[in-house]
Amino acid sequence: MQVEFIEIRDHLSRFPPFDGLDEDVLNDVAPQIEISYVRAGTDILQFGEDSHYLYYVRSGAVEIYRRNGDLYNRLTEGDIFGHFGLLRDNKVRFPARAIEDSLLYLIPDRLFKQLCDEHDSFADFVEAEGQSRLKTAVDTQAKASELMKIKVRKLVSRTPVTAPMTATIREAAGIMTQESVSSLVIVDPESGPAETSSGPAPAAQQVMVGIITDRDFRTRVVAEGLPAQTPVSEVMTGHPITMQADDSVFEAMLCMLRNNIHHLPVVHRRRPIGVINLSDIIKYESQSSLYLVNNIFNKQSIKDLTRLLPDVRATFVRMVNEEASAQMVGSAMSSIGRNFTQRLLELAEGQLGPPPVPYCFMALGSMARDEQLIVSDQDNALILDDSFVPEQHDAYFLQLATLVSDGLAACGYTYCKGGIMATNSKWRQPLKVWKNYFNNWIERPNPETLLNSSIFFDLDSVYGEAEMVESLRDLLAEKASRNEPFLAAMARNALNRTPPLGFFRTFVMEKDGEQKNVINLKRRGTAPLTDLIRVHALACGTKAQNSFERLDAIAKTKLMPPEAITRLRYALEFLTSVRIRHQAMDIDQDREPDNNIEPEMVTTAERHNLKEAFQILSNAQKFLRYRYPSLQSTRAL
Amino acid sequence: MTERQRRSAQAEHTPDWRTLFASLARTARHPHLVKYYQSGAVAADTPLDEVPLMALDMETTGLDPKKHAILSIGLVPMNLERIRCQGSLYRVVKPPSELSSESVAFHRITHSDIEAAPPLAEVLEELLDAMAGKVMVVHYRNIERAFLDRALQHYLGEGIHFPVIDTMDLEARIHPRQKTGLLNWLLRRPPESIRLADSRRRYGLPQYQSHHALTDALATAELLQAQVATHFRTDIAVCELWR
Repeated sequence: MQVEFIEIRDHLSRFPPFDGLDEDVLNDVAPQIEISYVRAGTDILQFGEDSHYLYYVRSGAVEIYRRNGDLYNRLTEGDIFGHFGLLRDNKVRFPARAIEDSLLYLIPDRLFKQLCDEHDSFADFVEAEGQSRLKTAVDTQAKASELMKIKVRKLVSRTPVTAPMTATIREAAGIMTQESVSSLVIVDPESGPAETSSGPAPAAQQVMVGIITDRDFRTRVVAEGLPAQTPVSEVMTGHPITMQADDSVFEAMLCMLRNNIHHLPVVHRRRPIGVINLSDIIKYESQSSLYLVNNIFNKQSIKDLTRLLPDVRATFVRMVNEEASAQMVGSAMSSIGRNFTQRLLELAEGQLGPPPVPYCFMALGSMARDEQLIVSDQDNALILDDSFVPEQHDAYFLQLATLVSDGLAACGYTYCKGGIMATNSKWRQPLKVWKNYFNNWIERPNPETLLNSSIFFDLDSVYGEAEMVESLRDLLAEKASRNEPFLAAMARNALNRTPPLGFFRTFVMEKDGEQKNVINLKRRGTAPLTDLIRVHALACGTKAQNSFERLDAIAKTKLMPPEAITRLRYALEFLTSVRIRHQAMDIDQDREPDNNIEPEMVTTAERHNLKEAFQILSNAQKFLRYRYPSLQSTRAL
Repeated sequence: MTERQRRSAQAEHTPDWRTLFASLARTARHPHLVKYYQSGAVAADTPLDEVPLMALDMETTGLDPKKHAILSIGLVPMNLERIRCQGSLYRVVKPPSELSSESVAFHRITHSDIEAAPPLAEVLEELLDAMAGKVMVVHYRNIERAFLDRALQHYLGEGIHFPVIDTMDLEARIHPRQKTGLLNWLLRRPPESIRLADSRRRYGLPQYQSHHALTDALATAELLQAQVATHFRTDIAVCELWR
């Protein structure tokens, strides 16, 4: 007869990795446990000795150390230790000492291995340091997202209506009217069918060369007064942005958001299989961020735009509830921020008249990286054409910048405390001045310019002449990667903010064992992580801005081992997702969202994953210090 | 342990259990008991950390062994280093019909559990085998000892003697009731409660749902480890503690 140890079973069932086991399994585990009471100060495990148990802290507190004596973790009720040794050669890797009188449950080696063999969730939890546990957390979340699962081809309701590129605009308009569609795919009739086996209409077998929409007829044909015989190829949008049939609806949504387009051809390889438009997705997702964006562009005043603030928050919360990935949320929120800025610029130009010289309004920092969340200040700047003459033109651009900046502030994007805004004359300069800035910052780094570099070297065009930003990016990619002293200085800066060690009860635990009540997860987690990714990205000369894309670019070089990059990716995704979830929780509970996290609000599973993510960040910082050793001596900048 | 504590321990005339077992093995009549006594007891000077121990708890229908009966028994093997759930024993038993079972609601055992359970007679051999060669660990020995003695008289026609370490007794020795101290009187210091749950709390041991024989046996086992780790040397002679 099986003896039931109810107290043991029930306690185990509340903590990972046991919380993932069935009651039957736990009923079997509990009677095999051994128990030991240890006084504070007792060495439980010593480095290198034989170990045949997994330890589980039932009550009290235990500290785990590295071989060199550094504190590795402080554990309490429900935490486990000793598994690293069991998974390798049954020799203790991390010594352990009780720091309070503690009651320990010991799970015999044989049972531990059986649980690992029979239960993936258990094995995932205990096996690899960090990566696999985080991977599980991140992957589970990605899987759960419905929007990620549904393929964009599901939204395609009919084969595309096409016209050959040789057609006239009158013929094209005729087809669109007859088929009652708002867009027309333009194909090259010379391109033959590549796959003869499939049987749709021959037109759909042809390569797409462009698209034309109702709006194009309004803006490019009628407004310009073009003759009806104009070839459609002259007014179509060539090489339009497309989606692959197997991309997710969510990606399609982000693509439309990002590019502010309402028609998106869906292709299988290069063959068009249909066109989806904004309303297809809105029908599918009645409360989607696209709906919001559509609204942004319909608003006629700043006052109207500010009324969308609750919608922005609702969209954010909804995405979090649908378990969209951190990358997806960051991208969507950045697009929304970008759309607000664009609309404000349209409104400002409407009020002030056309600009006296060409310009580009650029986003910096998180918006440029596509990593904006709900709590964000505005970081922006103006690049002006080199023909800019301050005395003649600056009054216009100051007004423009002020209208946009005030508008953004009214819409919830607070003024940048550091004054990184186009309203600041220093950041409202012609391209040649910007090039000088960038050259100087790279060639002669000092504390102030390094701070600038960490903000301005994440840059993206929001409105106007995108080529201006592009030329700055070229300069950066070209110069920064070859300038070792600059990279070393950036690396040093990236080490200023470090992660904590983990959590202990209701405290955040620092590496020296100090305990705090709250942690700013941006300052201590995502920001140092994006900082160090930026350094590596600059070193490998990529022009990518998004941290995940930067990691992709770094992966193509031999700068870091692939596992290290995978780990960084998971850590960033996880840290961001926790920030996002806590902000959504704040909104749900009518608190002003922020980046602070109170340890009591963090679940046990989240604690373990956060600890791992902090560890990954800490290791990556060590690697950076090793990669740029010159900074050892000059660290106290 | 202070001299006063030692004297109070000796005041109860604790027998030399090894000698007593040898003599009982000769005089006992029932084969179960003969076998039990033949398995012997450790020598009185055995260091505690070498003594095989067995935590024991019983749930009963009341506090008077003459009027009430055993409902369940929990046994958990241990030594000073480890408590081993493997090898534990938990039995619900049906009391003799003449003994009331009115306190059932108090325990987590239902009438149907009891109706389905065997009488104690059927588990006695198993119980005595588990106890053989071990020093029992109980919290308040007057219950376990008296009830088991009474039950064996009922079923086997003769009672039982066995050595116990009583964690309540140890707790009373560690926190002697200071009735006289002027300072305590002035400070109105309440006497420390030596009930199982209160004693455990003093050592930072977790709170358990009480009144389940196995859980209470486990709770007692943990308490002994904590008491020894805190107040005694692990190689203290077992005769200093047993009764």
